[in-house]
Amino acid sequence: MNLLVFVKRVPDTESKIRIAPDGQGIVEEGLNFIISPYDEYAVEEALRLREAKGGKVTVVCVGKEEALLILRKCLAMGADEALLIKDSAPESFEGLRVAAAIASLVKQRFPNFDLLLFGKQSFGADNAQVPAMVAELLGIPQVNVVVKLIIEGRNGVAYREIEGALEKVVFSLPAVISAQKGLNEPRYETLKGIMAAKKKEIPIIPIDELGISEDFLTPKMEIIKLEMPPTKKAGRIIQLPPEEAAKEIVRFLREEAKII
Amino acid sequence: MWLVFIEKREGKIKKSSLETLAETSRRAEELDLEVAAVVVGSSFENLTPLWVQGAKKTYWLKGEDLEVYSPEIYAQVLYELIQQIKPEAVFFAGTALGRDLAPRLAAKLRVALVSDCTRIIISNGSLLFVRPVYAGKALLTLKLKTKPFLATLRPNVFPLKEIKDENIAPGEIIEKTIGLNYNGPVAKVVEIVREEGAELDVTEAEVIISGGRGMKAAENFNLLRELSTLIPRSAIGASRAAVDSGWIGHQHQVGQTGKTVCPNLYLAFGISGSIQHLAGMSGSKVIVAVNKDPEAPIFKVADLGVVGDLFQIIPPLKEELRKALAE
Repeated sequence: MNLLVFVKRVPDTESKIRIAPDGQGIVEEGLNFIISPYDEYAVEEALRLREAKGGKVTVVCVGKEEALLILRKCLAMGADEALLIKDSAPESFEGLRVAAAIASLVKQRFPNFDLLLFGKQSFGADNAQVPAMVAELLGIPQVNVVVKLIIEGRNGVAYREIEGALEKVVFSLPAVISAQKGLNEPRYETLKGIMAAKKKEIPIIPIDELGISEDFLTPKMEIIKLEMPPTKKAGRIIQLPPEEAAKEIVRFLREEAKII
Repeated sequence: MWLVFIEKREGKIKKSSLETLAETSRRAEELDLEVAAVVVGSSFENLTPLWVQGAKKTYWLKGEDLEVYSPEIYAQVLYELIQQIKPEAVFFAGTALGRDLAPRLAAKLRVALVSDCTRIIISNGSLLFVRPVYAGKALLTLKLKTKPFLATLRPNVFPLKEIKDENIAPGEIIEKTIGLNYNGPVAKVVEIVREEGAELDVTEAEVIISGGRGMKAAENFNLLRELSTLIPRSAIGASRAAVDSGWIGHQHQVGQTGKTVCPNLYLAFGISGSIQHLAGMSGSKVIVAVNKDPEAPIFKVADLGVVGDLFQIIPPLKEELRKALAE
């Protein structure tokens, strides 16, 4: 199978965010960056499909050159090749620009792809837009937020998470899949993998060499401001014997919060 | 005119769609604009809630291929409707379906999409959208430069209008039979597999009863399920630690790599409150936390923090709740 996985470089999910003085983004200095957590499930799923059915896994990132680090991680996990679409633009919180870059790349360089895999959303923009947009731009089916995937020949069955249930979805290849936690347990890089990944060359393609039409590249959103959410003021803390604590919780819910 | 996509599940209109309609019609009034609803597929039993929540008319799209949701086909028929009626904005509830469909439509229209909006502001006649980013660690206010404006609205954030049905005059229903212009490949839903005992998702629940590392074992989540049976519209949540220990399914996980929630009440048992968990739940309207450790970070966001052993507190709490709710 010809498998393509798309990953994003994002701030470590455990880190504290600081807003830049211009209110247009976050302060990147001093932040640790990682591969967006859901993307790891997508990489793992591609590796498992290759192991079961043969083929090739190519991992692609749209972002700054610093993202080469996460591409190396994917190579160390076992991906065959990696590629960076270099885009120095700051986080725009817009999906369409990245989706157009990916769709152009796929059309030009990977016309015989079978499956495009993404994380269900990136950490940061939290948009969950790019996979569906790419599917639309390429005119292929999409199944998002997938927790189980079965591929048989040119057909696929995916279980997608919805509110309180799973949807069983059937589709044909080529298609777009976005991964949700639960799809698999991503592997760690091996030492051998890390050594091999160091030797691999990662081609870099500037975003403006993909022939993307201007109407995709012009910004469609204006950031008015980025700010910290209002801090919740801490409430009351009590330490009482269990029966009294239980009474106090119910009294609080009833009389103060007026919830029950 | 603004257009609101109305979603149904098993023939019933989803509450999140009604919330979207209610909020957009409140904002549209300020601009002297009308809001119309759009429903797809024949199985809508009762459209009264749409009129109650502010729709003046409803476009009802019917056709053979429209009975079961498919993102490819639904995006196409909405695209065609939008070309005909030219709304200034199109809104969706930020549900599993809305988050699947809206970006596909945005790409077709070549416009920007605001995901998971939690506030719509009208400032000098123009629309500003506010949404959480970085899993709720920051708030982004933005303006759209493309039209129609497209946005999904986060469920459980916006209040419904409380108007009695009989005071509402029904609006106009415009039926459209859509001959399908889409012959591309589609993803088809063939079955919905329910999780046993979990009717309500954490993103839709009004009360979340959540457990963390302090729950100690999978079977102890039954204590929370027992509380949940007492409280209407409640669901079970969990911290990443509990999910990663295999005590409960990841669909219950609240926080950055799980779901971001904003229930009326978040009851946290044995959850210390990591940054990533707090990011996902601190938007809850009221937070009550029970934890043994008086230094637990969750107490910094809790309206009521109870220092103590959850295994000793839950049994009498169950009794007290039973008494209170019986009254």
